[in-house]
Amino acid sequence: MVNIQDLYKKFGKNEVLSGVNLDIGEGGIFAVLGPNGSGKTTLIKCLLGMVIPNKGTISVLGSNIKNGSAYRRKIDYLPQIANFPSNLKVKELITMLKDLRGKTMVDKDLINLFKLEPFLDKKLGNLSGGTKQKVNIVLAFMFDSPLIILDEPTSGLDPISLIRLKTLIETEKAKGKTILITSHIMSFVEEVSDEIVFLLEGKIYFKGSINELKTKTNQPDFEHAIASILTENHA
Amino acid sequence: MLKILKYSFYDLMRSRWSYVYFAFYLLLGVVLLFLNNDLSKAVITLMNVIIVLVPLIGTIFGVMYYYNSKEFTELLLAQPLKRSSIFLGQYLGVAISLSMSLVLGLGLPFVFYGLFKSSAIWDFSLLLITGTFLTFIFTALAFNIALSNENRIKGFGYAILLWLFLAIIYDGIFLMSLILFEDYPLDKLSLFGTMLNPIDLSRTLILLKLDISALLGYTGAVFKQFFGTSFGLVVSFVALLLWILLPVSRMIFKSKRKDF
Amino acid sequence: MNRLLKLLLIFTFAFMSDMQASTIIVCNSCKVKSIKEAIALASDNDTIKIKKGTYKEYGILVDKPLTIIGEEYPVIDGGLKGEIITVISDHVTVDGLFIINVGTSYTSDYAAIRVKKCKNFVIQNMVLEKLFFGIYLERARDGKVLSNKIIGDAIEEYNSGNGIQLWYSKNILIENNYIVNVRDGIYLEFSDDCIIKNNVSANNLRYGLHFMFSNNDIYQGNTFESNGAGVAVMFSKKIKMYNNIFKENWGTASYGMLLKEINDAEIIGNTFEENTIGINIEGSNRIVYKNNNFINNGWAIKVRGACYTNSFLSNNFLYNSFDISYNSNINDNVFDKNYWSNYTGYDLDKNGFGDIPYRPVKLFSYIVNRTPETIILLRSLFIDIIDFSEKVSPVFTPDNLLDKNPKMKKIEW
Repeated sequence: MVNIQDLYKKFGKNEVLSGVNLDIGEGGIFAVLGPNGSGKTTLIKCLLGMVIPNKGTISVLGSNIKNGSAYRRKIDYLPQIANFPSNLKVKELITMLKDLRGKTMVDKDLINLFKLEPFLDKKLGNLSGGTKQKVNIVLAFMFDSPLIILDEPTSGLDPISLIRLKTLIETEKAKGKTILITSHIMSFVEEVSDEIVFLLEGKIYFKGSINELKTKTNQPDFEHAIASILTENHA
Repeated sequence: MLKILKYSFYDLMRSRWSYVYFAFYLLLGVVLLFLNNDLSKAVITLMNVIIVLVPLIGTIFGVMYYYNSKEFTELLLAQPLKRSSIFLGQYLGVAISLSMSLVLGLGLPFVFYGLFKSSAIWDFSLLLITGTFLTFIFTALAFNIALSNENRIKGFGYAILLWLFLAIIYDGIFLMSLILFEDYPLDKLSLFGTMLNPIDLSRTLILLKLDISALLGYTGAVFKQFFGTSFGLVVSFVALLLWILLPVSRMIFKSKRKDF
Repeated sequence: MNRLLKLLLIFTFAFMSDMQASTIIVCNSCKVKSIKEAIALASDNDTIKIKKGTYKEYGILVDKPLTIIGEEYPVIDGGLKGEIITVISDHVTVDGLFIINVGTSYTSDYAAIRVKKCKNFVIQNMVLEKLFFGIYLERARDGKVLSNKIIGDAIEEYNSGNGIQLWYSKNILIENNYIVNVRDGIYLEFSDDCIIKNNVSANNLRYGLHFMFSNNDIYQGNTFESNGAGVAVMFSKKIKMYNNIFKENWGTASYGMLLKEINDAEIIGNTFEENTIGINIEGSNRIVYKNNNFINNGWAIKVRGACYTNSFLSNNFLYNSFDISYNSNINDNVFDKNYWSNYTGYDLDKNGFGDIPYRPVKLFSYIVNRTPETIILLRSLFIDIIDFSEKVSPVFTPDNLLDKNPKMKKIEW
C-alpha cells in the first residue's frame, strides 16, 4: 500500500527525518507513535505531498507521489487541527469537498452517526472545538478511499463520539482498508491498532505488533513499554 | 483551479472586509461626485486615492487572506489537487473580489451621476483599469511575501514596508537620483525607472490622460515618442502585465517547493 | 449764396464722375482677356469684373483707385514667378479672387497681394493657396482685410512666409479671416491702432498671431489652435486682448501666449485650454489678467524674469498640472479672488472665499524647472508630501505669493 524508502527531511538545520524506510501492507490499522518532535506529522505530511522531502521516494499504491496529485484520490486525511474557512457553512464545506473530489453517498450516514444535522446550516467559525472535530471526521471518512490517515483523531471528542469513532474505524478496517493513525492516547492506540510504528529521532525505532513490543522491552503493558523506550534512549 | 477560485471568491464575498472595502469606495464616489459636483476634479482626486490606497489594500488584504486561510489551504492540499491550481485559485479569488469592490464601488455612483453621457468616461475607465491592474499586482506580491514568511507579524511588516517603499520611498530615491545626475541625458533612465515600479507605472498611464500638456513640454526625443504617441500606452500596459505575470509565476514556483 | 454754388458744384462733379465710372469685364473669351490689360484700360474708380476661369498672371500693379471683383472665384495662377497683385493706389477694393502659386524667394518677400503706401483699401473674400506671403500691408493705413481664407503648405520656418503681415501700418481692421499652415498666421511689426477680430489661426508653424513693436492694438474673439505657439506679443505697449481662445498649443517651447517686454496690457475673458504653457511671461509689467479661464494646461502661467505689478484677478484655474511657476522667490504681483481647482481649504464663514490663503506655486514646479525629467514624478505621493511641507513653511517659493481670497466655486460670467 505505502512504500517509503530512505526518506530525509530537514527544516533549516533541524533534521526531522533521517533515513526512514517503511513498508505498509494492505489492510489493517497502523499506529505511528513517537515522542514530540519525532517526525510523526512530518512523515504523514510527506505521504500527503504537503511536505517535500529532501531525499527519498514515497509510493502509494504503486505510484510515485512525485508524479502528480491524482494519487491523493485514494487517501482520506484527517488533519490535526480542524480549522476551516469560517465564513462557510458546514453543509457548504461538505458540498464543496464533494464538488472537488466527486460524488459520495456516505456523507448522510456519517452526519447521522455524529448527530450533526442541527449544525449543517451553521457557519464553521461558530462551532465548538468538538463539533468541528466531528465535521473533520465526517470529511475524512466521506470518500471511502482505500487509505485513511488520521492525525490525532480523538482530540476534543466526547466519550460517546469516541466510541462511535472506534466503531467507525473498525468497520472501515473490516472493509479491508489501510488506516494510519497518530495519537497520544495510548489506550486508544492499544485498543484499535494492529501494528505500531515507533519513530525516534527521525528514524524508525520499532515496527511490529504490540505484543512484539512488549517482548522486546520486557514490559508487562503497552504504556510501560513505550515509557521504557523513551527512558532508555534519553538516559 | 476554477473550483478553488469559486470557493475562495464566495468565501470573500461573504467576508465583512469586502463590504467595508466596497462601502468605502461607494462612499468616496458619492462624496466626490454629489457633494463636489465636479467630474474632472473627482477624477483627479480618485487618481490619488487609487495609486496610493489600492496597492495598500491589495497587499494587506492579500497577506491577511493567505494567513487566515492557512488551514483551509492545508485541507485542500490533502485533496487530489495541483498546488498551482490551489494557489492560483486563491490568488484570483482575492484579486477578483477586491477588483470587483473597487469597480462596483466607484462605478455605481459614477453611473448614477450620468457618466456615460460625459466625456470623462475614458479618463474614468482608465482609472478603473489601472486600479484593477494594481490590485492584481499587489495581491500577487502579497502572496509572495506570505508564502516566504511563516511568521505573520513578519509577513505583515514586509507587506507594509513593500507598500511604503513603492508608494513613497522609491519616488524619493528616484527624484534624488534624477537631480543628482541632471547633467546627463536622463529621459531613458527616468522612463526605465518608472517601469520598475508598478505604482509609478500606473501613475504615468494616468498622467498620459490628465497631464499630457505638461508632459509634452519636455524636450527629450524618447519622452516625446513615449508620451506623444500610443507607444507609451502600449509599453505601459505590457509592463503592467509583466508586473502581474512575474510575481504570479514566482508564487507558483515557490508554492511547489514549500512545506506545509 | 456762394456756399450754395459750391455745394452744387460738388454734387455735379460727383454725379459726373459716377456717370463716368464704368465696368470692364475680363474673361477668357472677352475682348479683355487679362487683368493687366483691364487695369491699363480702366480709368479711376472703375470696376473690373473678372469672370470664372484661370488667368496666368503675376506682377499685376494696381496704380489707380479701382474695384476688382471676381465672379465665382476666378483663379489667378502666378506660376511661382513672383508677386501677384501689388496695390499702390488709395481706394482700391480687391474682392473674391482665388490666387495660387506665389513665387518663393530668399531675397524679396513675394506676396499674393501687397498693399504699399496707400490707404482706404479693402481686401475681402479672397482665397489664397500655395503662397509665400499672403496679404502684405506695407506702410498702409485705414484699410480692411475681411473674410479671407489663407491656406499655406509651410514645412520649414526659413522658407515660408506669413499669412497676413503688417509693417508700419496703422488703423487696419482684420476680421473673420481663416489662416492655416503658414509661418505666422498674422504678423504685426511697427503697426499701431489695429483691430484683429474673430479670426481663426491654426496649425501654423510659428505663431498664430505675432506682435512686434506694435502699440494700442486690440485683438478679440479669435481662436488660436495647434500652432507652434498661440500668440506672441513682444516689445509692445497697451495691447488689449479680449475673449480669445488659445487651444492645444503643444510642444517643448509651446504656449498659448508669450508675453515679452509688454507693458500696460489688458488680458480679459480669454480661454487657455490644453496648452503646454498657458501664458509665458517675461519682463512684462502692469498687466491686468481678469476673468480668464485656464483649463487643463501643463502650466497655466509661467513667470520668467522680472515681472512687476501685474494683477491676476477673478480668473478660473481649472485642473492645470501647475497653476503658476516662478523662477525667482521675489514676487511683486497680486493674485486675488481667483478660483483654483487645486485649492483644498474651507469656507467656515460662508462668504464664498476660502478662509486660508492659496499658494499657487508648488515646490515641485521649481524642481521641474531645474531638472525637466522629474516631470515624470508628477502627482506622486512623495511629491505631494514635499509640496505640502513647502506649503506649510515656504523656503523656495515667494513667501508673499498667495491668493488671500481664493474663490470656493468656479467663477461664472
